Amino acid sequence: MSPAETTIPQGYGKVFSRPQSLSDAPTTYCPGCLHGVATRLIAEVIDELGIKDRTVGIAPVGCAVFLYRFYNLDFVQASHGRACAVATGLKRANSDLMVFSYQGDGDLAAIGTAETVHAANRGENFTVVFINNQIYGMTGGEMAPTTLPGQRTTTTPRGRDVASTGYPLRISEMLAQLDGPRYITRQSLHDAPHIAKSRKALLTAFSNQLEGKGFSMVELVAACPTNFKMSPDKANKWLVEQALPAYPLGDLKVKE
Amino acid sequence: MAKGITVIDKERCKGCGLCISACPFGVLGFSDEHNSSGYNVATAVAPEQCTGCTICAQICPDVAIEVYRKEKAESKEAA
Ligand SMILES: Cc1ncc(C[n+]2csc(CCOP(=O)(O)OP(=O)(O)O)c2C)c(N)n1
Ligand code: SF4
Ligand code: SF4
Ligand code: SF4
Ligand SMILES: [Mg+2]
Repeated sequence: MSPAETTIPQGYGKVFSRPQSLSDAPTTYCPGCLHGVATRLIAEVIDELGIKDRTVGIAPVGCAVFLYRFYNLDFVQASHGRACAVATGLKRANSDLMVFSYQGDGDLAAIGTAETVHAANRGENFTVVFINNQIYGMTGGEMAPTTLPGQRTTTTPRGRDVASTGYPLRISEMLAQLDGPRYITRQSLHDAPHIAKSRKALLTAFSNQLEGKGFSMVELVAACPTNFKMSPDKANKWLVEQALPAYPLGDLKVKE
Repeated sequence: MAKGITVIDKERCKGCGLCISACPFGVLGFSDEHNSSGYNVATAVAPEQCTGCTICAQICPDVAIEVYRKEKAESKEAA
């Protein structure tokens, strides 16, 4: 049944439907992947702020590589890790644009660390959405800098050994040390209450940009059921039990 | 009549099951049907229990669920 074919009896009002900024295209994410929730929340916030016609997204390399298909928005595709550099150019050239980047942990926290740190340090006035699923999802589940100690991935088949590969990189804590950023927060996507908090954080991050307040980043902790080789429910449970202790939730920096 | 109604877009559903385990009222389950992509789609198996809370729609990664809720004046009349 498609929504269009359904007759709703009189006296019922619609309380949830697809946001306007989302296109009709199905996503290319796996079943149960929380990338889909993040993608929707951004669309809702753009609708709520009424900024659809002036927003430009920057799509990453990673499982969200086709992000530009999923929205009714203008987009630029950045090469792997370079989204914050592209965003800097766009926003500085045309400050009326609302610019956001959407980046995975391989993209933002490995190959793109330099671009991210320096954009944050300069306090560039755009919004970064950072999806931390502790893995390189798209390429087949290799270790990311955010992978947990002992976590098995295709490149750490016996579990991540911190002695040779280092520790989970807490990007939000790192950026919160800098004077440049306005707002750095970490939220999670594993259940409805946390999704509501993530939405609120995204609303703050986009509102900051509207008000010219500078660099905001929302880190969203997610799971990758496919590469974790778990059902979506189990992957979300793993997220709560294993990932959240390493990545505590909350605002890390709120500059008034 | 139930307080809420969910409408699941079968073609969007990827059968991940997240809505089924998230619904606090046991409304949702897997149907006997598969969509054109081969996914076993979710459906309301106990629609009379639906409160229209939208929890299922919040968690659905494919934004496949629309939720309707009985409007206030109406529910008073019915009560
Ligand atoms: C310059 C360059 N180096 C490496 C790659 C290979 N590559 C594609 S996606 C990816 C990592 C994706 O992981 P992440 O950013 O965490 O995104 P996810 O798929 O987990 O959402 C890598 C290393 C590439 N496409 N380009
Ligand atoms: S590989 Fe992982 S992160 Fe990528 S779409 Fe599939 S579940 Fe999501
Ligand atoms: S709206 Fe609430 S009660 Fe109804 S199916 Fe969804 S989660 Fe269950
Ligand atoms: S959460 Fe969405 S995609 Fe997953 S089973 Fe439910 S309706 Fe289908
Ligand atoms: Mg990743």
